[in-house]
Amino acid sequence: MQIPIPLFSDTVAAGFPSPAQDYIEQNIDLNSLCIRHPAATFFVRAGGDSMIDIGIHSGDLLVVDRSIVATHGEVIVASLDGEFTVKELCIRPTTQLLPYNSKYAPIPLSDNSDFQVFGVVVHVIKNLRNRQVG
Amino acid sequence: MFGLCDCNNFYASCEKLFKPALANRPVIVLSNNDGCVVARSREAKQLGIKMGVPAFQIQNEIRKHRIEVFSSNYALYGDMSARVMSTIRDMVPALEVYSIDECFVDLSGCGRFDLTEFGKDIKSRVAQYTGIAICVGIAPTKTLAKLANFAAKKWSATGGVVDLSDSVRQRKLLSLIPVDEIWGIGRQLTKRLNDIGIKSGLDFADTPAKLLRQQFSVVLERTHREINGESCIELEDAPPTKKQIVCSRAFGERVTIKRDMNLALAEHVSRACKKLRQEKQKARVISIFITTGHFSNDPVKYSQNRSAELTYPSDDTRDFLHLASLLLDAIWLDGPRYAKCGVMLMDFYDQSVVQGDLFAAAPVSNQLMSLVDRINSTGSGQISFASAIGSSSHAMRRERLSPAYTTKLSELPIAK
Repeated sequence: MQIPIPLFSDTVAAGFPSPAQDYIEQNIDLNSLCIRHPAATFFVRAGGDSMIDIGIHSGDLLVVDRSIVATHGEVIVASLDGEFTVKELCIRPTTQLLPYNSKYAPIPLSDNSDFQVFGVVVHVIKNLRNRQVG
Repeated sequence: MFGLCDCNNFYASCEKLFKPALANRPVIVLSNNDGCVVARSREAKQLGIKMGVPAFQIQNEIRKHRIEVFSSNYALYGDMSARVMSTIRDMVPALEVYSIDECFVDLSGCGRFDLTEFGKDIKSRVAQYTGIAICVGIAPTKTLAKLANFAAKKWSATGGVVDLSDSVRQRKLLSLIPVDEIWGIGRQLTKRLNDIGIKSGLDFADTPAKLLRQQFSVVLERTHREINGESCIELEDAPPTKKQIVCSRAFGERVTIKRDMNLALAEHVSRACKKLRQEKQKARVISIFITTGHFSNDPVKYSQNRSAELTYPSDDTRDFLHLASLLLDAIWLDGPRYAKCGVMLMDFYDQSVVQGDLFAAAPVSNQLMSLVDRINSTGSGQISFASAIGSSSHAMRRERLSPAYTTKLSELPIAK
């Protein structure tokens, strides 16, 4: 769904109005901001609290781009032991999945792990009015 | 040069993608009303589950091997299909969607590439972007490309890509396959060809064209020319398959006004519904797409598709016109200069399985009634009104429907 929001290209002049003031140049489109590869972009809902220190909370909408090859340091959605998980991919010095919550330990990965990258998380969409206030 | 890209076990692959626990498990997908097997994962094929078999006949196997069973999820398959097609479209000069899970591509401008390598690039990009595995067959004609794809699927040593541009390889493959594997040669034709000693694909290729034209048809002669490497069927020139009907066309001039787009879509809907009735089918799902094209120089590129479902299958043009117009409302954007639009009808029902819907369909037509009477009088099976067998009149049986993972905010996959 695209919601066109007018972007005024001019600064607001105090005093005499600029003749270009109400010239609407373009729309801001959140889709084009968040979705670079539509065919490869999937939305995934965050669950749990393992990534709260990087700002991902339960219920957040993760914009996941599969066209990006996951590298060291990317936050990814991956399948691990048959479930989807969101973690930071760490490749150096050893391959592991890093949570962002001191309550959780890193998950080491080996060749035998039942693990597959689903895609790279490129944006997190939060609804601040639905958050839990502590 | 043509390529045929065909998704492997498409419906089952879509289900697996969003349920990683099923990665190595047998999965089957059932047709509408949870009737027959319409898709099988590799594991299910290995267990000997046959295509088209009614689900109730394999209850024991399902329990014994803990086969995962799904109802057809057209929202999911339609969306994943659009993603696969769009990914491939970005890599080739032209593409024809042939069915929900296969497309022909034009590779004529790609001569500077090693075509096998190029096929592998397409395959690996589709896997990366969409998670769907495809096979690619490459050949100078569509009929040979189909055959190349068959070989790519059948022999895993090919790595899922077969280039048949070399005539020596064409003849070698033809010698290995029965004539009925050739695109356009059905069961009736196979029997007649077998009767005059044409058994393998190579037998067919080496049959004099004149004989085929005299004893069979010009259509078969065309297939023969295609098999011998002479391209006769252009992109977008193929007959529709039975699984869905696609009507689309590029505009002569760019369309920028919604009313014009609506008219174009209406024309496609009318054509699609006419074909539907010719096939003696009804459809339940319609998908429309509008696009500026990917190769245009326009600054604004926009492609969008959306599908909708009828509660009951229909072949009434008016039902689909109504939906198409609603769908266009949902995806239309002022500004882009549109180059193409199209309509796809899916989820087909033939006339013998419409009984669940007679009560929901507003006025029960005399034609339908006489059909009911005719079926009931044959003695081979009875059909009755759904309300008489205690189920809600228009609810489809889709007991094992997976979530609309990619098209509904409330049904997204969850990552912890």
